[in-house]
Amino acid sequence: MTALQEVAPRERAGVRREALYFAVRNGKLVTGFGIVLALLLLGLIVPVLLGGNPNEYGTRPMSPPSAEHWFGTTTFGQDIFLQFGHGLRSTFAVGAIGGGIAAAIGMLVGFVAGYRGGLVDEILNMLTNIVLVIPTLAVLLIINAYLGIRSVSVQGLFIGLTSWPWAARAIRAQTFSLRTREFVDLARMSGAGTWRIITREIAPNMSSYLFMTFILLFGGSILIASSLDFIGLGPTEGVSLGLMLQNANQWSALQLGLWWWFVPPGAAITAIVGALYVANVGLDEVFNPKLRET
Amino acid sequence: MSLRVSELKVYYRTLKGEVRALDGLSFGLADGEILGLVGESGCGKSTLGKSLIRLDGRMRHAGGTVVLDGEELPIADDRRMNDYRFHQVSLIPQYAMSALNPTRKIRRMVTELLRSRGVTLDTAELESRMSQVGLPREVLDRYPIELSGGMKQRMVMVVSTLLDPSLLIADEVTSALDVSTQKAVARALLGFRDSGYVKSMIFVTHDLALTHHIADTIMVMYAGRLAEKAPADVIVKAPRHPYTRLLLDSLPEVGVRHTDRRLTGIAGSPPSLLDPPAGCRFRDRCPIAGEECAEDPPVAEVAAGHYVACWKA
Amino acid sequence: MRRYFGRKLLIYGLTFFVAVTVNWMIPRFMPGDPVASMVARANITQPAAVEAMRRYYSGLFGFDQPLWQQYLNFWAALFRGDFGLSIWLFPHPVSTVIGGAVPYTLALIVPSVLLSWVVGNRLGAYAARRKLLDNTVLPVGYVLTAMPYMWLAVLLAWALGVLAGVFPVAGGYSFSMRPNWSWTFLLDLLHHWTLPFLSLFLVALGGWAIGMRNMIIYELESDYSNYLAALGAPARLIRKYAFRNAVLPQITGLALQLGVLVAGALVTEIVFAYPGLGSLILKAIQNKDFFLLQGAFLFIVIGVLIANFIIDIVYVVVDPRTRAGMAGARA
Repeated sequence: MTALQEVAPRERAGVRREALYFAVRNGKLVTGFGIVLALLLLGLIVPVLLGGNPNEYGTRPMSPPSAEHWFGTTTFGQDIFLQFGHGLRSTFAVGAIGGGIAAAIGMLVGFVAGYRGGLVDEILNMLTNIVLVIPTLAVLLIINAYLGIRSVSVQGLFIGLTSWPWAARAIRAQTFSLRTREFVDLARMSGAGTWRIITREIAPNMSSYLFMTFILLFGGSILIASSLDFIGLGPTEGVSLGLMLQNANQWSALQLGLWWWFVPPGAAITAIVGALYVANVGLDEVFNPKLRET
Repeated sequence: MSLRVSELKVYYRTLKGEVRALDGLSFGLADGEILGLVGESGCGKSTLGKSLIRLDGRMRHAGGTVVLDGEELPIADDRRMNDYRFHQVSLIPQYAMSALNPTRKIRRMVTELLRSRGVTLDTAELESRMSQVGLPREVLDRYPIELSGGMKQRMVMVVSTLLDPSLLIADEVTSALDVSTQKAVARALLGFRDSGYVKSMIFVTHDLALTHHIADTIMVMYAGRLAEKAPADVIVKAPRHPYTRLLLDSLPEVGVRHTDRRLTGIAGSPPSLLDPPAGCRFRDRCPIAGEECAEDPPVAEVAAGHYVACWKA
Repeated sequence: MRRYFGRKLLIYGLTFFVAVTVNWMIPRFMPGDPVASMVARANITQPAAVEAMRRYYSGLFGFDQPLWQQYLNFWAALFRGDFGLSIWLFPHPVSTVIGGAVPYTLALIVPSVLLSWVVGNRLGAYAARRKLLDNTVLPVGYVLTAMPYMWLAVLLAWALGVLAGVFPVAGGYSFSMRPNWSWTFLLDLLHHWTLPFLSLFLVALGGWAIGMRNMIIYELESDYSNYLAALGAPARLIRKYAFRNAVLPQITGLALQLGVLVAGALVTEIVFAYPGLGSLILKAIQNKDFFLLQGAFLFIVIGVLIANFIIDIVYVVVDPRTRAGMAGARA
């Protein structure tokens, strides 16, 4: 505690240590990441532990949760807990791939537009605005319908390619404000190139912001993917939480009263995305001392 | 005497404990007097400015009294203090450039503000005061974004003094301005006093040179306490406290070329107010500190109106 | 002002152009013969219909013409309002099929978006000033906004529809009825509308409430709020100003959220088999009716563009700074 007070505020290692100090004491951050990690572990463990094909028909259809089938079975006798485990994997995969690609494009466009300015900025800004206005899901509908998406990673790829604009905009604005700061001027005067300045000076100084952007893109990708799955444009191979919801809806789980079919997948998506949002608020409090409750 | 501050203590609550931003400050201010308040950042001068009108959420009134025109100000009671704000005590904030609501035309904002304080706007009076600081009446029908920085500053000055407060706190009003505008603002403030719009004024700044032009008295603060207070000329020409001398030495003198004498700041930094050391708080940086400085120096009146807190003065 | 709108219109025009071009390009760059695969995949039983379809679509694509001619033809057809014929409902034109579904979607989306925005903003503003309310609004808001639209829809349908039996869970109106302008039918419409509306409303509500809460806290700490407080202005006035200024970014947020809200409406309609665009798209996908799908896509894009433009106009009306800035800042 006393050691922390002595750290000069500008020292980067000190800032990191202080951030960590507040991070482990921030309830929102710890709870949020805790939930996400728990579900991730569940997704990693369950398929290995249970084994077998999640789509394999079983002998006891429509049975409610029991010791044998923890989450019950579908109308075809498929084990819902096994599907749930596999679905969690797909959901995290699509979030990581979609969020990762969107973050990469958003950073590239945002940094270049914000740092270079001028005509480059004008053109990139126009591009960003166009992709921003087009409803993402509608584009993905057309693409997925024609191409027939097979795998989770291709689905994630297309989600990433269409959901970057708001991130690019936000990063552009941040870069814009950093561009005129002394340390960037100093780097420029010492002859550093654009790329070097962006990767060495600008990006590290907004790393917390970039991380939070990625988290939001991650959650967004999960929600978009689940909508696509639900409309029937999900990956044709494998299982996802959205496909479980789609199947439940398609085979009238609602009317048949099979609540154990549609409750777990939706609850898991809500839990993951909600926990990410809450963790993000926590991160914001950690990185912006002004928001810390005193 | 219009203002009497006695043993005022105001602490900041932080995660690490209470910071004693004002730690037993006493001084007086006469009717018609302009007091220049100087010191390094963190010496408590802004805290004093805030304490006299509105404590922010993290500040705590830990002791002492403030008496204005014979009435004690309830500075710890936000609600009761409201009666005094604007009418008795007013403020020209540091952030005058952004103090006006950006989405209201100025006339409407002023009208709504006055109405909320139970006063009807006297447009003729407002316009005459505006013209006194060189603002055309058309400004009233504009949005803040349409005004230049200097115009916004002057508009805020007019608004803050509209109810003829007894005490005006001008908090770092010149720090964001260029030199010629600074002079104009200083002149306008003097004009307000001379026209009787404000009775007395505390001019908070870190710019000792500018203070000299406007203030009648100058008070130098250090680490939450009074270091020296004297008529402006005395402070500038015959300072007694070593800190004041160092402050003056660090100023560039007009007309003096600094070829052989490099400008030096004061070495070291003020002590942490989280757990301030006993004794004179300037001791560690003081060139003439001695044995006796391990004990708190009392504030002594060394000449009429000249107060110093130093054993060596 | 002209410059501002000129720029906006340019972006919307370009967006529309890009959308139409994508729409034209995708089937043409798909591997194989699009007509053959389309007709083959469509579940049509009568051979006569198959032949008619093949002839119609071959002519429509116009593969004997050069590519640029095909492209121009595509635009020309578009301006005539000709989106081709639906495969699923052959030989009904796509525009007619979509025209029948659009009113249902609009009736769902417009009230839910506007109401959730208004109520969410109020709720967020109240939450910002009462600790107790804040501690309930915030978590509930996060849960709502993290919910997939269709899941809340399913939950509501299950709880209020299947279990409680208060609301119907499928269709835009009862199967036994024919659409007409009688009170009985309108009440029936409203009865079917309630649950899909409610689920759209609730999910969106959470996001607006959180956004407003954060914005208004930011505004209450801003310089003008502090100045007013220092001059003893009552909290009522300060909150009024803060609310008004906090609403502005929420208007921009509305424009940014349009895509998500439309997506939400589509999947919600699917849950309730509500006869709007969402259900239509599901049918188009299930029946490989790409013309219908493409028509729906263009309709959605056009709708979102129009909504964006309306929001732009509203913003200029509400935020004086845009007008002042446009008139040329006189400093």
